[in-house]
Amino acid sequence: MLSAVLAGFVVAACAPWLAARLGARTGWVLAVLPLALTLYFASFLPRIAAGESMLFQYAWIPGLDIRLGFLLDGLSLLFALLISGIGTLIVIYAGGYLAGQRDLGRFYLFLLSFMASMLGLVLSDNLITLFVFWELTSITSFLLIGFNHEDKTARASALQGLFVTVGGGLALLAGFVLLAQAGGSYDLSMLLSQGEAVRGDALYLPLLLLLLLGAFTKSAQAPFHFWLPNAMAAPTPVSAYLHSATMVKAGVYLLARLQPVVGGTMEWFWLVSLTGALTLLVGGVLALRATGMKRVLAYSTVMALGTLTLLAGIGTPAAATALVTFLLAHSLYKGALFLCAGIIDHEAGVRDLREMGGLRRAMPWTATASIIAALSLAGVMPLFGFIAKEALFEAAVQAPELGTLLTVVAAVGAMFAVAVAGLVAVRPWFGVQATTPRTPHEAPPALLLGPLLLAALGLLFGLWPGLAEHGLLAAAASAVHGAEVVPALALWHGFNLPLLLSVAGLLLGLLLYVQWARVQALLQRLPLERYGAERAYEALMTWMVDVAAWQTRLLQSGYLRRYIFITLATLLLVSGYALATRYPVWPALDISDLRFHELVIALVIVLAGLAAVKARDRLAAVAALGAAGFGVALLYVIFSAPDVGITQVLVETLTVILLVLVLFRLPGYVNTSRGVIHVRDALMGVAVGGLMTWLLLEARNVKLFPSISGYFIEQSVPGGHGHNIVNVILVDFRALDTLGEIFVLGLAAVGVYAMLKLRAEDRR
Amino acid sequence: METVMAFVVGGLYAAAVYMMLRRSIVKLVIGLVLLGNAANLLIFTAGGLTRGAPPLIAEGALLPDGAVADPLTQALILTAIVIGFGVLAFAVVLIHRAYEVVQAVNMDKMKDTDT
Repeated sequence: MLSAVLAGFVVAACAPWLAARLGARTGWVLAVLPLALTLYFASFLPRIAAGESMLFQYAWIPGLDIRLGFLLDGLSLLFALLISGIGTLIVIYAGGYLAGQRDLGRFYLFLLSFMASMLGLVLSDNLITLFVFWELTSITSFLLIGFNHEDKTARASALQGLFVTVGGGLALLAGFVLLAQAGGSYDLSMLLSQGEAVRGDALYLPLLLLLLLGAFTKSAQAPFHFWLPNAMAAPTPVSAYLHSATMVKAGVYLLARLQPVVGGTMEWFWLVSLTGALTLLVGGVLALRATGMKRVLAYSTVMALGTLTLLAGIGTPAAATALVTFLLAHSLYKGALFLCAGIIDHEAGVRDLREMGGLRRAMPWTATASIIAALSLAGVMPLFGFIAKEALFEAAVQAPELGTLLTVVAAVGAMFAVAVAGLVAVRPWFGVQATTPRTPHEAPPALLLGPLLLAALGLLFGLWPGLAEHGLLAAAASAVHGAEVVPALALWHGFNLPLLLSVAGLLLGLLLYVQWARVQALLQRLPLERYGAERAYEALMTWMVDVAAWQTRLLQSGYLRRYIFITLATLLLVSGYALATRYPVWPALDISDLRFHELVIALVIVLAGLAAVKARDRLAAVAALGAAGFGVALLYVIFSAPDVGITQVLVETLTVILLVLVLFRLPGYVNTSRGVIHVRDALMGVAVGGLMTWLLLEARNVKLFPSISGYFIEQSVPGGHGHNIVNVILVDFRALDTLGEIFVLGLAAVGVYAMLKLRAEDRR
Repeated sequence: METVMAFVVGGLYAAAVYMMLRRSIVKLVIGLVLLGNAANLLIFTAGGLTRGAPPLIAEGALLPDGAVADPLTQALILTAIVIGFGVLAFAVVLIHRAYEVVQAVNMDKMKDTDT
């Protein structure tokens, strides 16, 4: 299982090398890998269909409780088969579609990496592993959307897709962490039985919101739907694979996967089903508003994703059945339709629906595949799409709440789907032969294989629903619902409400299609370019850049005093807060052991410090500085530190001499600040000084660790053979410190010498 | 006495901070010197103050006679004082050199590298 997931990455790494040698045949050769994976996953079908679920585990980061675990049950197997199966067709198709492109190797590198990531995503048992694969699909999607990197729109669309999905991914990671805390494990196989504990957790609502944000952005739910149509900047095989059949369904996969854990509550129902319903309607309206064939298909994908989310929200056994059935049906027909759109673009050179017509005579096979797939999209008997639609209606009618509303939404969705099907499968093929940039001709076998096979499967499953149901869908629905579900899919359920809705949707949809030109013109008037969700995204991006610029100007002003001010303000806030909360009692001010001469020295130091501040000229300031320094030296001597005192006297003398010598070559003081600034800085000084006083008073009563001074005192004579303990510490116990100090002094001396010498040479 | 010392340290810090927030680079240097003294005194006081008992051991003895002042803080401060002086000397010469090049001690005018 591990090698099945990782094989994609290995082959991807070899793809550029293979492409350089095999040229146009690369697609057929590379397709062997996904084909082998499809067969491998298919070999699990009998066991999964019998109700088993399998767990494969490999230790990865044992210390962090991260295992590389793979969970294979009905849901993950359904996805794995779709990914590898459609992947096989896409790899072959891409070989024909991109034939002769110099970047073919790079394309296969990205595509196969994506396939492996997606497989890892749906098979992962561990949440962290799942997240890693989740982000990998975002990154490979970014690379694939921006494949034509010389095109500015492609680059912008790639970034947009990346920001939206990775932003959601961050929320998802946080959600996973909360979920693991609530459920006590990072493993899905464990979490699936912890639903009660998770739903009862105090953090249930935040974790649900975070998880949903991740799923909704990935699956292009309103209001994050805008990135998906823009992702159509990618080459068509990518659109067919990532942005209709697989990657965008990752969010739906997550919803379906976690439904037994976090689903079933009122919050879940309202949030998920209403978001799905909104997305469905938004997608439908926008699909009829667009004119580019790929864009129409992209918006109808948004619609389908909304439908799937809606079904995940309802959460009944009927909804679970409808979810997996609709998922399979949609992957089959939408994949086929996208591939046909690619063929029309490739062989006839048109993309806009309004410029197409009468192409069926030139490309009969493409037309056949496209029309069968579109009939499935429209939900016409006897195709699999019809069964999926019936299941959808049944689930909506039986919804525990809002049944009427959801049924109406589902019916409206069906109506939109019929109109879209007409647009993409009637308009290009029938009617007057349109003049196209290229003379239209039938596509080569590599391009035809995918759409024909997918369309045929849609027909096969429609005529024989039991094949799909008993093979996999029953097991998948059970995994989604968390308990056994018996779907009972059939073409004919008798005369009932769903059938009535189907017929009504079909008729209304046809009407909508006939009137499309008028509807499209009407919808075009909606001011979405000015007020749509995409504008909000752009405004957010602009705002982020503005905030970054503003805070850089604020924090990185280039004025040293502002940096110091900000640093000190942070110190005040953080240390002040820590002190105030941990030691709320003001320490006692004990002055019982005060001696008069000490108090005098202390006063002299403080007054000298103040004098250094207040001094009008530099000489007075340096003199005051010296007085303060000598006062400090006296204190050292009084409090048993003669060595320190002596050093301080020496250094203070040198400092004064140095300052007098050098500073007096500089111009005198000029007062440049306003009074307010002086007051503000003085207040900051007093605040920092007060904080240090407070800290020192508290520190005297706190001893976190026993002092190591005792060791130095005991070992001074036996260990260091010295009687002056301070000296022994400096040259023996902490000799390396002293060595470092010597180096610093040496460097400073070299620097000083260099600067003085430089000046001398300048003058010469 | 520690209480009084805490206020001395606070006073020195306040003076140092005020000077470091000025535009004149000369005042910045004075602030740095004050800051060094304040920090040393802070460490010295935090280790505890003892009168008349320097950490010395009499000739021939193994241990000091009775309790002595904490030698560790003294060693640390000794290092700090010397390093502080090294840095100060370097800074002062650097400032002087910078003044010769840009003809300004106002740091706002030293901000741009073009001058």
